[in-house]
Amino acid sequence: MSTTMTKDEIQAAALEELTNVAPDLADEAIPPDADLREVFDLDSMDFLNWFTALHRRLGVDIPELDYPKLRSLDDVAAYLVARLQGH
Amino acid sequence: MSAATIESTAITYREAVREAIRDALKRDPRVFLMGEDVGRYGGCYAVTKGLYDEFGPERIRDAPLSESGFTGAGIGAALGGMRPIVEIMTVNFSLLALDQIVNNAATLRHMSGGQLSVPLVIRMATGAGKQLAAQHSHSLENWYAAIPGIKVVAPATLEDARGMLWSALEDPDPVVIFEHVMLYNRGGPLAADAGPVPLAGAAVRRPGTDISLITYGGSLFKTLDAATALAGEGIQAEVIDLRSLRPLDDATLMASVAKTHRALIVDEGWRTGSLAGEISAHIMEQAFWDLDAPVGRVCTAEVPIPYPKHLEDAALPQVPTIVAAARALLGRE
Amino acid sequence: MMTTLYRMPSLGADMEAGTLIEWVLQPAQPFAKGDVIAVVETQKGAIEVEVFHDGVMGRQLIEVGRTVPVGTPMAELETLVVTPPSQETLVQPAVQPMAQTALQPKVEPPSLAVSGSKMIESVLPQAPPPEAPSPGVPLPTEAHPLFPPPASVTPPSAEVITPRAPVRPRASPVARRLAQQHGVSLAGLPGSGPGGAIQLVDVQSAVEALARGAGLSPGTCTGSLTQPPAGQPVTPSLLDVKSGQDLALAVTPTLFQAATPTPAPAPAPAPARAQPPAPVPTLTPAGRRPAHPGLDLAAMRQAIAAAMAHSKREIPHYYLSQDIDLTPASDWLARRNAELPPERRLLMGVLFIKAVALTLKGFPELNGFDREGRFVPSAAIHVGCATAIRGGGLVAPAIHDTDQLDLDSLMARLRDLVARVRGGGLRASELADPTITVSSLGERGVDRLYGIIYPPQVAIVGFGMPRPAPWILEGWVVPRQVVSATLAADHRHSDGHRGALFLAQVGQRLKEPERL
Repeated sequence: MSTTMTKDEIQAAALEELTNVAPDLADEAIPPDADLREVFDLDSMDFLNWFTALHRRLGVDIPELDYPKLRSLDDVAAYLVARLQGH
Repeated sequence: MSAATIESTAITYREAVREAIRDALKRDPRVFLMGEDVGRYGGCYAVTKGLYDEFGPERIRDAPLSESGFTGAGIGAALGGMRPIVEIMTVNFSLLALDQIVNNAATLRHMSGGQLSVPLVIRMATGAGKQLAAQHSHSLENWYAAIPGIKVVAPATLEDARGMLWSALEDPDPVVIFEHVMLYNRGGPLAADAGPVPLAGAAVRRPGTDISLITYGGSLFKTLDAATALAGEGIQAEVIDLRSLRPLDDATLMASVAKTHRALIVDEGWRTGSLAGEISAHIMEQAFWDLDAPVGRVCTAEVPIPYPKHLEDAALPQVPTIVAAARALLGRE
Repeated sequence: MMTTLYRMPSLGADMEAGTLIEWVLQPAQPFAKGDVIAVVETQKGAIEVEVFHDGVMGRQLIEVGRTVPVGTPMAELETLVVTPPSQETLVQPAVQPMAQTALQPKVEPPSLAVSGSKMIESVLPQAPPPEAPSPGVPLPTEAHPLFPPPASVTPPSAEVITPRAPVRPRASPVARRLAQQHGVSLAGLPGSGPGGAIQLVDVQSAVEALARGAGLSPGTCTGSLTQPPAGQPVTPSLLDVKSGQDLALAVTPTLFQAATPTPAPAPAPAPARAQPPAPVPTLTPAGRRPAHPGLDLAAMRQAIAAAMAHSKREIPHYYLSQDIDLTPASDWLARRNAELPPERRLLMGVLFIKAVALTLKGFPELNGFDREGRFVPSAAIHVGCATAIRGGGLVAPAIHDTDQLDLDSLMARLRDLVARVRGGGLRASELADPTITVSSLGERGVDRLYGIIYPPQVAIVGFGMPRPAPWILEGWVVPRQVVSATLAADHRHSDGHRGALFLAQVGQRLKEPERL
């Protein structure tokens, strides 16, 4: 997938997919460092759906083992950037 | 006259009653009218003006100032096969004839084991609003509506004023007709072929869905005005004209309450022991589980009707008080 | 010193009367809280009934061998120390005329010693339904020196306890009638009438809320409010909103959510609401109220309140709990998911649901509906999956024929359901006919949850948060992944013994995940 995406673009994509799987959060201001589980009540199904969508869009397969460290938009964006640039 | 257009004439309530009397006098030679100043003077409310000249002193009979006496004479005449119409000036004065009405007219059919009928019609004026003070202004209809053996009606519309008298005369038992003094000058079109109307049955004068405003006689038009005002606030009030105060048309009342779930009774009588109280009890007994709010009453203040205009107005049910009471029942104060 | 009455306790909703077999305490005998006062024969056998406070046994009002209705005074108890009443039960004696107090004296709820019960099973004394005043067992007139005349009572404060009259909601007759037709509880329903009275429109809102929660238009629902579909008897179920079917809505986990305060950003104003019914504030974890397409959360709150109050009032729940070694299942799941892309991964919840569905085949008494006290089993197994809605509220849409689906299909269905809970578009049929509910708190929350049955269902299975815990395996204490499964079931239609077998079998199935 495109290594030309900037960090900002990746973060925007992550946010977009998040609000796709959780449309009830579409009107929310989601601080990038907010713990999505604690503050926005995302559950395991939401995370799975989100990571599924990111896999489809960016080609990054996030293994279950990595789920615990992905708690905020920032976490996910940084993780994706690392994975995308690592390739 | 084509079938599609029925001619109507502009007429007042007073004239409609007069037409009804004239019609009855013409229909049946047994009919005669008796009362204080009904003949040469034309009636204290001018209802019978001109009838003396038209029908003569035998059939339009001026009576002495003795309500008990001439009402008793009317009962005797009815027992003797006549069809008397007794006019009593106001319901206040009818108390002098109460013994005749309650102890004689109402009871004779029952006490004679059905051998005697008293086909008597008593008309009387009722109600306040003309600054006639406490001895001429009270609304005691409910006193009569409490008496088994008589029927009590209160025509409010021109059609009923025109049509109830003949039906009352045809009834084999005593009928008391209450004419509210504030209605006499009310005018409007009346179909040229207007004729007798049944005594029984209440009429829905305005359909609605949110609250049932139940009233009769002189309060009908205030209540209709209140309903119009309420409609401006989005409240669809149904207005029911009782027409008959005894017996009450429970079916119509309960059907309305079942639809609206709220009832407000507008009654010019005093609240204590009022007809409104009786109707409220009927609703409680028969439609309790349909109610969404307590039954409300708008009645006259419990004072002898005052003479001064502003106090008289303040004592009586008025459009704003009806509107306010309806709003309260709907929780929209 | 004051006198109270000890009344024939209710040992379950089905108990109407009891027979006094033995007075354990004799007049003038002192007793302590927890002592057995008498033995009463009921349909459940002989039961020792206890007292709840210290005191002295007073006059015995019925003799051994008498069968009396629940609530009948059995004895007078002289109480030395009155438990300080909670504030709302305090009433100035001046405004409590004797006659009133004497009619319904406060009676401490008797606690029960149910002997011989092997199950962990709670049988709670039946509280009177909140909107029906207790019939008030007439008291023999000589039997109320219970509340001595005000003069001899110590001043206004702690000593005089008014009978805690059941709080009767102010509701209009027609509102009550509609509520009864739909089994909606008036308790807790906000009233829009004068003085907060519950009016027809408020009950209509509560009933419609179900339909709205189900994605039905209010219009669809209103028609059936006053006119049940032809041929459909109006059963006293909250759920007969549409076609006499049952809309699953809400179960417990919101309670847990609401109880979990979390650091929150500044509260945002609630979205404007066109519908006026008095909004019930719903707590959200973050104190926010996110948008929910097609859902009126306030109305849903009302519906949940009505359904749960109805359930707690009418259904004699029993509760069972079983810890399950989840290690085989979680290991199997981790291995499986590691090899698969996210779109094919499974959640543990799917295993729970499948295990319940398969096990239900052998327990028809847990799968079906209560219809006016009669159990109607369901041939199909439609598991309602309790799904929390962010911002409060909950729906439990059904996955049809859950037992027939393999895990992948089940996962797909669950994903789809959750997506539509989040984004709107739930179908009435999904909300209409769950035959049982499964509530799983996932990886957040508490160790176990005790569900409230969603009427007219007769059972709800709860799964707490899977957690590492010490476990004894072949004589060794070892760390294992453990989940606590619970069952709340309707004791009118099943018994604890069968419920326990059911939970045990669910646990067995989870030990062999590859067979699910």
